[in-house]
Amino acid sequence: MADSPRGFFGRLRESLGKTRTNLVKNVKRIITGRTVIDDEVFDELEQTLVEADLGVETALTIVKDMRRIASERKLDKPEDLYQVLKDELVQSLEPGDHTLNWRAESGPHITLIAGVNGSGKTTTAGKLAAHLTTQGKKVMLGAADTFRAAAVEQLTIWSERTGVPIVKHKDGADPAAVAFDAADAAVSRNIDCLLIDTAGRLHTKVNLMEELKKIQRVIKKRVPDAPHEVLLVLDATTGQNALMQAKLFTDALTVTGIIITKLDGTAKGGIAVSIQKQLGIPIKMIGVGEGVDDLQPFNAREFVEALFS
Amino acid sequence: MLEADVNYQVVKKFIADVQEAAVGQRVLDSIQPGQQIVKIVHDELVRIMGDSDAPLQMANPGPTIIMMVGLQGQGKTTSAGKIALSLKKKGHHPLLVGADVYRPAAIRQLEVVSQQAGAKFFSLGEHADPVDICRMALGEAQRVGCDVIILDTAGRLHVDAEMMAEVKRVQSAVKPHEILFVANAMTGQDAVTSAKQFNDALPLTGVVLTQMDGDARGGAAISLINVTGCPIKFVGTGEKLDALDVFHPRRMADQILGMGDIVSLVERAQDVVDKEQAIKFQEKARKETLNLEDFLLQMQQVKKMGSIGDLVKKIPGMNKLMGEDAEFDEDELKYTEAIIYSMTLKERRNPKIINGSRRLRIADGSGCSVQDINRLLKDFEKMKKMMKQMMKGAKRRR
Repeated sequence: MADSPRGFFGRLRESLGKTRTNLVKNVKRIITGRTVIDDEVFDELEQTLVEADLGVETALTIVKDMRRIASERKLDKPEDLYQVLKDELVQSLEPGDHTLNWRAESGPHITLIAGVNGSGKTTTAGKLAAHLTTQGKKVMLGAADTFRAAAVEQLTIWSERTGVPIVKHKDGADPAAVAFDAADAAVSRNIDCLLIDTAGRLHTKVNLMEELKKIQRVIKKRVPDAPHEVLLVLDATTGQNALMQAKLFTDALTVTGIIITKLDGTAKGGIAVSIQKQLGIPIKMIGVGEGVDDLQPFNAREFVEALFS
Repeated sequence: MLEADVNYQVVKKFIADVQEAAVGQRVLDSIQPGQQIVKIVHDELVRIMGDSDAPLQMANPGPTIIMMVGLQGQGKTTSAGKIALSLKKKGHHPLLVGADVYRPAAIRQLEVVSQQAGAKFFSLGEHADPVDICRMALGEAQRVGCDVIILDTAGRLHVDAEMMAEVKRVQSAVKPHEILFVANAMTGQDAVTSAKQFNDALPLTGVVLTQMDGDARGGAAISLINVTGCPIKFVGTGEKLDALDVFHPRRMADQILGMGDIVSLVERAQDVVDKEQAIKFQEKARKETLNLEDFLLQMQQVKKMGSIGDLVKKIPGMNKLMGEDAEFDEDELKYTEAIIYSMTLKERRNPKIINGSRRLRIADGSGCSVQDINRLLKDFEKMKKMMKQMMKGAKRRR
C-alpha cells in the first residue's frame, strides 16, 4: 500500500513541522549549550514535554525513564539524551497492535467508523476503501450517516471513485437499519471488508451516543462477532479535547483503534503520545494531507523519526 | 463531565468587576450605588465580548455578498445554510452558492441544505473553477431576484499556499461585504493560529463559532475576537438548521444583569467585599503581580456570598451557556482550595516554579489529579491576563 514510502515520510515530516517547532526545537535548545547532565536538564525537558501537549503524566514517566537510563548507561554528554528521548517516545507510542488486519474469523471483516462532526470520517472511509481495493480486497461501504445533508452522496462518490459497492438508504433513515442491511449484503456477497460510516456526533450528546451503541448491537444480530474493528476518527487540531472525545466514545463503544486526521496544520502532534499512553488504544492510521495516499498506517518509529529529522 | 471552571471563571470575573465598582464608586456615592455597580458590570461584560452588536453588514444597493471561509470540518456549509434560513426569516432572499469543488458532494450538501432553508441555490458543479462559480453567482442573483449571496468555499488549511491563493482570487473577483471565518469552538489554540493567517490573507469581517453545544470551554471566543479584531457574529448551537444564535454582546449582558436577583447579588457582593483588600487586589491586578494567595483570598470572599451554584443560577445567561443538563459542581471550589492549600507558600507566591514533580506532590496532597492542577494554573494565568486587560479598560473610562 505504501507505494512511495519515502514520499509519505517526506509529507509526514512536513506535516509535523509545527509540532517540531513546538517540541524538538525546545529540546535542542535545552541540550545544546550544556556540558553536563544535571537535574536542571531533566527539569527543563519535563517542562518542554508538558507544554507540547504530551500530558503531565506522560511527560513525567518519560523523564523518569530518561534519568534511569542516563545513570545506568553512565551517560555524561547531554547530546546523548537526544537519542534516549527518541527511544522513549517510540516506546510510548509502540504498545498495542497498530496494524489493521482486515480479516475476520469467517465472513466479512466489519469496521465501524465513528467520531465528532467534521473530524473526517467519510473521507477516511473513502480513503480506506481505496487502500483496501489496491490490496485486492473485496470492499463494501455502508452509508449509515443518514443525518447530514448529502453525506450519503459524499460516500457514494467515494464508492464510484474506488469502484466499491455501497449500501445506502434514504437520508433520514434509521442508521442501525442501514448498518444491518450492509452487514447482510456483505455476508451474502462474500465481501472481505465492510466499512460503515456513521454520522458525526458530539461526544456529549447522550442520545446520539446511544444511537451508536444501537448500531453496534444491530450489526451483531447479523454477524455475532462484529464489528471487528471500531475506529475513532480524531481531528489532531482539537488538542486536549480529543482526549475527552476519545474517553466518552470508548465508554459507549469498544473502540479498537484511533485514526488521527489533519496532523498537518497543528502544532499539537504531541497529542498522539498522550492519546496512546493515557487510553492505551493503538493509533492505527494517521492523515497528513488531503490526498488518498496521505492516510497511512501508523508506525511509531517512523513518526518519531519524522518528528526529529 | 462538564468543565465547571468555565463558569467558575465567569463568576470570578464577575466578582472582580464588582470589586472594581466598589472602589470606583466612591466618586458617585450619591446616586444609587446598586444601579451604578450594575452599569459598570454591564459595561465590563459587553467590553469583553465585543463593544457592540455585530449584525451582518448589508450592502445598499444590494446584493450583499457573504463569503464563508475556514479549515475543513468546521461547519461552513451547515453555517451557510443556517445563515440563509435566518436571513430568510427576516424577509431577505438569500442565494446559496456552492463553491467547494473539492470535497465530494459538498455542493450537493449545500443544495440539500438550501432546500431545507427554502433558499435559492446556485453552482456550476465540481468541475468548474470556484472563481467562475462565484462570479457567475452575481448574475444569477440578479436573475432570480436574490438580495443576499452566500458563498460556501472549500475548507482549506492556512498553510496551504495554493488554496489560500485561490480563496484570495475569489475575494478579489467578487469583493464580498462580509467574510466570515468559521471555527469550531473545540479547536482551541489551533483555531486561533489559523484565524490569524486567514485574517492576514483576507479582510475578515466576522467569526462564526460552531459546535458550541459540545463541551468546549469557549475560551476560543475571546481569543478569536482578539486575534482577528472581528466580532463573533453567529454561534452554532446544534445540528438542526435553526440552531444558530446571533451573538449579541449587549443583549447578552442585559440578559445577565436584567434580573432583580442580580442586583441583589451585586449588592450582597458589595457587603462582603473588604474594600481595602479590593484596592490592594486591584493594584496587583494592574501590575500583573497577582499570585495564588490572592486567588485564594478572592475565593474565600466569593464563598462568603453563598453557594456558587446559587450564584450561577442567578445569571440567566449562564444556564444557557452551560447547557440544560449541566450541573454546577459545588465541590469544585473546595478542590481548588485544597490544591492551593497543598502548595508551599513559595509556590503560591510564584506559581511559575510549579514543575512536574511539584504538580505530582500537590496532586497527592490535595487528592486531585494532575490535570486538575494544570487546569487551575492555566485558569489562573488566564484570569491574570484578563484582569490586566480589565484594569486597563477601567482606567480609560475614568
